[in-house]
Amino acid sequence: MSHKKGHRCLIPVGPYHPLQEEPEFFQLYVEGETVVDMDWRTSYNHRGIEELATHKTFDQVPFLVERVCGICSASHPLAYVQAVEDIGKIEVPERALYLRSLVNELERIHSHVLWFGLAGHFIGYNTVFMWAWRYRDPILDLLEMTTGSRINYANARVGGVRRDIDNAFMPEIIKGIDEFLPPLDMLIKAVLDDPVLHARLKGIGILTKEDAIKYAVAGPTARASGVPIDVRRDDPYAAYDLVDWDVITQEEGDVFAKVVVRLLECVEAARIIKQCAERLPQIDGPICAEVREIPAGEGVGHVEAPRGETFHYVRSDGSPRPVRHKIRAPSFNNVPSFKASCIGYTVSDVTITLASIDPCYSCTERMARVVDRKSGEEILTFADLVKLSQEKTKRIKEEMGV
Amino acid sequence: MWILGVLIVSFVATAVLGLLAKWVDRKITALVQWRVGPPWYQNFADIMKLLGKETIVPVGARRTGFLLWPVVGLSGAALAAAVLWMVNGNPGKSFVADMIGVIYLLVLPSLAIIMGGSASGNPQSGLGSSREMKLLFGYELPFILALVTVIIAVGTLNLGEIIRFQGEHGWMLLKPSALIGFLIAIICIQAKLGLVPFDIAEAETEIMSGPFLEYSGPPLALFYLTKAMLLIVLPMFLITVFWGGFALRGIGLLTSVIKYVIILVVLTLIRNTNPRLRIDQAVRFFWFLLFPIALIAVLLALKGY
Repeated sequence: MSHKKGHRCLIPVGPYHPLQEEPEFFQLYVEGETVVDMDWRTSYNHRGIEELATHKTFDQVPFLVERVCGICSASHPLAYVQAVEDIGKIEVPERALYLRSLVNELERIHSHVLWFGLAGHFIGYNTVFMWAWRYRDPILDLLEMTTGSRINYANARVGGVRRDIDNAFMPEIIKGIDEFLPPLDMLIKAVLDDPVLHARLKGIGILTKEDAIKYAVAGPTARASGVPIDVRRDDPYAAYDLVDWDVITQEEGDVFAKVVVRLLECVEAARIIKQCAERLPQIDGPICAEVREIPAGEGVGHVEAPRGETFHYVRSDGSPRPVRHKIRAPSFNNVPSFKASCIGYTVSDVTITLASIDPCYSCTERMARVVDRKSGEEILTFADLVKLSQEKTKRIKEEMGV
Repeated sequence: MWILGVLIVSFVATAVLGLLAKWVDRKITALVQWRVGPPWYQNFADIMKLLGKETIVPVGARRTGFLLWPVVGLSGAALAAAVLWMVNGNPGKSFVADMIGVIYLLVLPSLAIIMGGSASGNPQSGLGSSREMKLLFGYELPFILALVTVIIAVGTLNLGEIIRFQGEHGWMLLKPSALIGFLIAIICIQAKLGLVPFDIAEAETEIMSGPFLEYSGPPLALFYLTKAMLLIVLPMFLITVFWGGFALRGIGLLTSVIKYVIILVVLTLIRNTNPRLRIDQAVRFFWFLLFPIALIAVLLALKGY
């Protein structure tokens, strides 16, 4: 498969490509099948969430930020409310801490199993895709039972949680998790035993420990490269310092290690959920602290989302709205590491490597610019758009004869 | 005139049965994957819909080749089908060395994919074409060696002779050498059909169905029809060579259908329990694993086993 040196060809992965459900654009420069260089760009999905957040009250923002990512819709609001609690130095009641951990770990299971199914699909193993999603569905049912919705849980609130979970549900949650564990075990065994999966995933897309530190990757991507970082342990929030669990790491840094890390993290998540569900009936008390107003100041909150650390910064000037809200989703750190993990592999390997960090592009996008390709000058700025809009309104008015 | 009649009848029969077989494949896949699956007429509806759509030729494409190769591929599958139906309907009527003819005709669809993909002028299609070519070089070698085990045992290249020989001496695959050959041939037709783990040339999540990427409307329908027909032709070829022939009369028809469905189910299950291989892994698999095994089978056949 050796080709003439220098005979480069561009294989576009995106902006619309069956590999990933979001618009993103990877330009793979290939010689034969081997990827020798790559570029990536996103910014197809900018939604202006940070700006929108400054137009909403502190209590409304959680509903907005849980829409940053359809899957991490418990992690982003939690990181935000932790940032606001940091400003106000608000003490969260113990019961709320356990409730937060419970919902966040359910989210982690559903996200990891979702990714596992998709990863199967990306390497043409659709049976894994369907089976993983089938076993993920009862987890969504649990989320529906505990929070009222299958995604976008509307659960986090400054000072605590919005809705209590009735103690009568706890045995059901434990039962649901117990029923999920045997299929999870089966999936883990299936991955560890399948020789074709080994051939396809081992030694592929290796992100070395040095590169992982250099690119400051987060979450399972880092843990699969032997970097044992986990916000839940390093800076405990919610009830993570009150329950017993382990940080999963693998040393290899290849795609297979990322699969193993995610699947084993599901087992740990199940452990955490069971402990929370067992302890919650013994903890009475409020689920939310009394929050009158948010003083002026700034605060940060970070949460270990399924994809890694999500970081929220909020600044308040004492008004009912945040004056600045900065969101850094984990994919922002993880996506650039492709430069280290993709070069030198074949197109087949690169596509699964691209998917292996479980990227979330729309979460990452914070700005959109329209730039003239030749001069590099910015065109269509905000002022231009306003002008265009006003002109159109004027034209329509004239046409209508108003 | 009668040859035209045979061609038309075998073409229609193979196309209809092929689309039905594709439905069986999709339905089994759905059942394996906890899904409901499509209704039986789904593939007919797909083909009809594609036939009614616009044919778009991309700007960078070689127009003639782009439109011609789907037809060539389809005719290859149709001719192979005609030969097989005729031989199985009347084993006495086959011509000399028609097995070689069928092997050649069965390469045409792959060739059509390679050439059509190259003609469409899209880098992803080009990549898909190059993969299909590598795959072709990979599986043809063990495939032909697997057939050679039977040729040695029977001593002829005539399909009719092979069927009659099996009528007298029992199925070929009862012999160890031919059984090995049969199993290897099943894996090879998996690759010929472009099913997982050998759907490397299409690889939807990597190169967006590769050679078919630029095809739309009727040419794409022709490719789909070719694949559906191959789903009948290839197992039928194996049944003819290894498994006592595809009898078309009386109770024999029932056993033929059962044999066919068994092969179809095996193909479907293989494709549902494996991830896609990488092209270098696939070629290595065919050359360095299946080829030596096929060689051993040939040696066994030469020894008379």
